[in-house]
Amino acid sequence: MNVLQGLLHTGLSTILDVLPIALIIFGFQFLYLKRPIPNLKRVLTGFVYVLIGLAFFLEGLELALFPLGKTMAAQLTNPGFLGISNPAHIHWSDYYWVYAFAFAVGFSTTVAEPALLAVAIKANEVSGGAIGIWGLRTAVALGVALGLVLGTWRIVTGYPLHWFIIGGYLVVVIQTIFAPRMIIALAYDSGGVTTSTVTVPLVAALGLGLAHNIPGRSALIDGFGLIAFASLFPMITVLAHAQIAQWRANRTTPSLPQEN
Amino acid sequence: MPKLRFPKTLQPLAESLRDLIPIVLVVSIFQLLVIRQPLPHLLDLLLGLLFVVIGLSLFVKGLEMGLFPIGQSMAHAFARKGSLLWLLLFAFALGFGTTIAEPALIAIAEEASKIAATGNLIHPSKASMQSYALGLRYTVALSVGLAIVLGVIRIVRGWPIHWLIVGGYMVIILITEFAPVEIIGIAYDSGGVTTSTITVPLVTALGVGLASSIQGRNPMIDGFGLIAFASLTPIMFVMIYGMVVH
Repeated sequence: MNVLQGLLHTGLSTILDVLPIALIIFGFQFLYLKRPIPNLKRVLTGFVYVLIGLAFFLEGLELALFPLGKTMAAQLTNPGFLGISNPAHIHWSDYYWVYAFAFAVGFSTTVAEPALLAVAIKANEVSGGAIGIWGLRTAVALGVALGLVLGTWRIVTGYPLHWFIIGGYLVVVIQTIFAPRMIIALAYDSGGVTTSTVTVPLVAALGLGLAHNIPGRSALIDGFGLIAFASLFPMITVLAHAQIAQWRANRTTPSLPQEN
Repeated sequence: MPKLRFPKTLQPLAESLRDLIPIVLVVSIFQLLVIRQPLPHLLDLLLGLLFVVIGLSLFVKGLEMGLFPIGQSMAHAFARKGSLLWLLLFAFALGFGTTIAEPALIAIAEEASKIAATGNLIHPSKASMQSYALGLRYTVALSVGLAIVLGVIRIVRGWPIHWLIVGGYMVIILITEFAPVEIIGIAYDSGGVTTSTITVPLVTALGVGLASSIQGRNPMIDGFGLIAFASLTPIMFVMIYGMVVH
């Protein structure tokens, strides 16, 4: 019974979230474009599917993943679990389970992220199949995983956030110069799509748990910022993925003599 | 890897199930081998996973039936009408309207106002915390609206995306130097949370649709990138908000 209530509640709040979007779309459609929407019935059915789908998805996460993930994040950041007797003298390597968890959670939740799936489907369609759905999702998931490892390591060591972010930006800028032009816009987009429904709650719990348990860290400065890592690193891995693919293609095709 | 064959109607379910395997593995391995505790509420867990699988499958189906086609058909319709002003108005409304109601942003803004109050950055009264959170939300929504507008102008004009994004980073790096330390983490994070699960497919379809209906634009090179703008401008605007308010 509780589950049904939860489902209904999530469904209603999803409808409320979608309402402004629907208003804008249909408002412009009827007041300015004044054209009937092609396959209106099909489009509306699609909207209903999206709504019901999101409600099930969110309620399922609430039921299965979030409580467990948050407890695990709290347990793994607990100094007692990590065998740290004196929290004033910690070494960053004491937190190896946290890094491993950050990597695993980053990778696995990103693979299941619906927004990323949507972009991957579109990119696959637009590129005529040259960009694989699975390849893009793996590259992005790897980026989130690496970003979270570095992000948790930063919270443990306490280095300033903006050094890492600015350093990461510089890497992206340099990669942009060498990467195939086709991938650039998609790579930049993949930074923003990674962190929505599935990843954010777990990542926030991990960051706040860490900042809370390490002396000298403030939740305000250190607890936030993990999401920034998770949206920066996918750009690097997606660009790298394209660069490696290009390099491989150049190597396997019979190349011209090297002299010129 | 051998390809498993499923009946066509069950295929989306099978794909969603495959997407969830990593999560299930991670949770069980950490719970059973590292934390060494049995999984609590096993029934809830299984039911939740079933919900997630059903939800993801329906979402993808609805995406292809509803969100993608409407984004695309509106992009074509705007391109045919040819009024840039209305297109930009629509772009702004879409960016602002989807962000102001975004639950993740509401949660982060509340959290930020609590932390700002305990850090004595703002007056710790309920009213000033509320106005701080609301101000943050409007700032982010405004910046996303402007980002989509800028991104649409870029698609229409065919400007190369990397100059704008790299230029944006430079501005962010510059502002970071002057922004209060407390706001930096929130600002950087707010870039990531703005783009929700429904906004992303719509905005992507809009961009790709525009690029494919304007002559001389390549949907792959020019069509993507709207989300990149929407994740960049909030960082800038929230830092400026922090400089003004703190």
